[in-house]
Amino acid sequence: MDIIELNCHVGVGPVVTGIALVTDDNFSARYDLDRIAGIFSRPQHKLAGQSYVDRIMVFNTAKGGVASAWMLHEMKSRGIAPKAILFNNVNPILAQGAALADMAMCDRFADGDVTQLIHSGDQVTVNPDIGLVTISRA
Amino acid sequence: MILNAEEQAMLNGELGEPRRWAMEHMMRVGRFFDAPDFVEVTQAHIMADTESLGEAGVDFLERIAAHPLDERQVRIPMITDPRGIDFCHYKRLKQTDLMASLEQRAIDAFEAMGILMTNTCINYQTIMPPVRGEHLAFGDTGVVIYCNSVLGAYSNFEGGPSSLAAGLTGRAPRYGLHLDQNRWATRRFRVDWEPRSLSDWGALGGIIGARSGSYWEVPVIEGITTQPGSDEMKHMGAAMASFGSVPLFHLVGITPEAPTLEAVCDPYTLPAEVIEAAELDAFYARYGGKGEKLDVVVFSAPQLSLLEMQSLAELLDGNKLHPHTSLLAVTSPVVAADARRMGLVERIEGSGALVLEGMCFYQSYAREMGVANGWKRLMTNSVKLANIIGGYGYEPTLSNMENCVASAIAGEIV
Repeated sequence: MDIIELNCHVGVGPVVTGIALVTDDNFSARYDLDRIAGIFSRPQHKLAGQSYVDRIMVFNTAKGGVASAWMLHEMKSRGIAPKAILFNNVNPILAQGAALADMAMCDRFADGDVTQLIHSGDQVTVNPDIGLVTISRA
Repeated sequence: MILNAEEQAMLNGELGEPRRWAMEHMMRVGRFFDAPDFVEVTQAHIMADTESLGEAGVDFLERIAAHPLDERQVRIPMITDPRGIDFCHYKRLKQTDLMASLEQRAIDAFEAMGILMTNTCINYQTIMPPVRGEHLAFGDTGVVIYCNSVLGAYSNFEGGPSSLAAGLTGRAPRYGLHLDQNRWATRRFRVDWEPRSLSDWGALGGIIGARSGSYWEVPVIEGITTQPGSDEMKHMGAAMASFGSVPLFHLVGITPEAPTLEAVCDPYTLPAEVIEAAELDAFYARYGGKGEKLDVVVFSAPQLSLLEMQSLAELLDGNKLHPHTSLLAVTSPVVAADARRMGLVERIEGSGALVLEGMCFYQSYAREMGVANGWKRLMTNSVKLANIIGGYGYEPTLSNMENCVASAIAGEIV
């Protein structure tokens, strides 16, 4: 088992561990998701058809859509939500949403493109308070 | 973050629990974005439709609204983005009573906090346009990009919770576009062709938004000689924010911070990226649908101005929609009242179309409406709506208002 540590900017939310689902695509809860089914629904999204429930999601950046700030809170209240979301760069909306939902979120990774550094299927621990993401890779 | 005495008192709960929550929430966000302190804001605008709020969000609002009057009232003028329901027409749209009752609960909570139910995403055209240099906490990405770019105001994208926090405190964390250094252009686009319709302006915004691709990029655009009006800027900004999460653009010679290119960038170090005319054609082509049966035409996102309502009325005069095609024209309560008084609503609805007010199509349970009404192929002149609505199970077609109306009359995409 390889352990890889990635440093990022201080984020929001609790320490969580889960399995990563990674894409170099971008993210909006409004545009991309079927929030009832818990899957990516916009046909053009690179994760179309895949479940985001309990995953550590990794994206490039966030897209428009102020609604995402409420939607993370709503998704978490039903237990149909990611455990954490990581970005290369996030916009204020998603950070505000994570702050309300108490969902782990980090961005600005010191070691480069996080969509390349983390692979789908990796076990990942996110510690937003100190800006540290730990990858356990078989 | 550095707090003054009043901010510290709010954080300590001395001015009530809602303001304590608000300060704590904004400090989490401020820490995320390295805000050194807070900035005083003069207006707040909250996006909080019930589709995105859900039961959990409405519960959250009701908990704040249950506090004593002096603790729950907002401290600065605060207005609302479109709602998810037009109570006069929700049954015709096949929205449910459950949706309407959730909406009413949210409205009751907002009113208990002293929030004005303007229900609009074109407040900069209809309510109280900000002035240059005014610091704001505005929601709705289209509102923010317009006010920053066209009016020279200072606002980040404030999602509902943060906008509410700003309303309760009169503050916003000082980061992003509240700081002059973040308003300098980082991408430079040269356009050697002229947009001819609102959808062309929207498409240009979509192209630039997609190329910029980040909240932290500021595009400056040069080369356009056509003088845009408020509706042109509205469509371009909304599309740019939708495709790229971009909160600010400069249009050289037009927008207030860019009287010249040099005012917003160093032209010698920031190379121009050319947007060819062929990209406009390719942008429209990605939506397709020509010749297909048309289920619904939607003019929304942003809500229609009075002048757009007039254009639509003129196109529909003397015409009837095809029996299997619906046409929805969505506007603000203020514009709807004026349009009704001036006879525009009657002219539009004389064709079989429906004028909706105070809502926005994609914020109104669009997926459920699509299933209930059998709507799949949707046509619009809104690039923002075309971008969003695919995620709700629709097949969007993008064209100008004239072609949208002609298609609604023909019952197929012309």
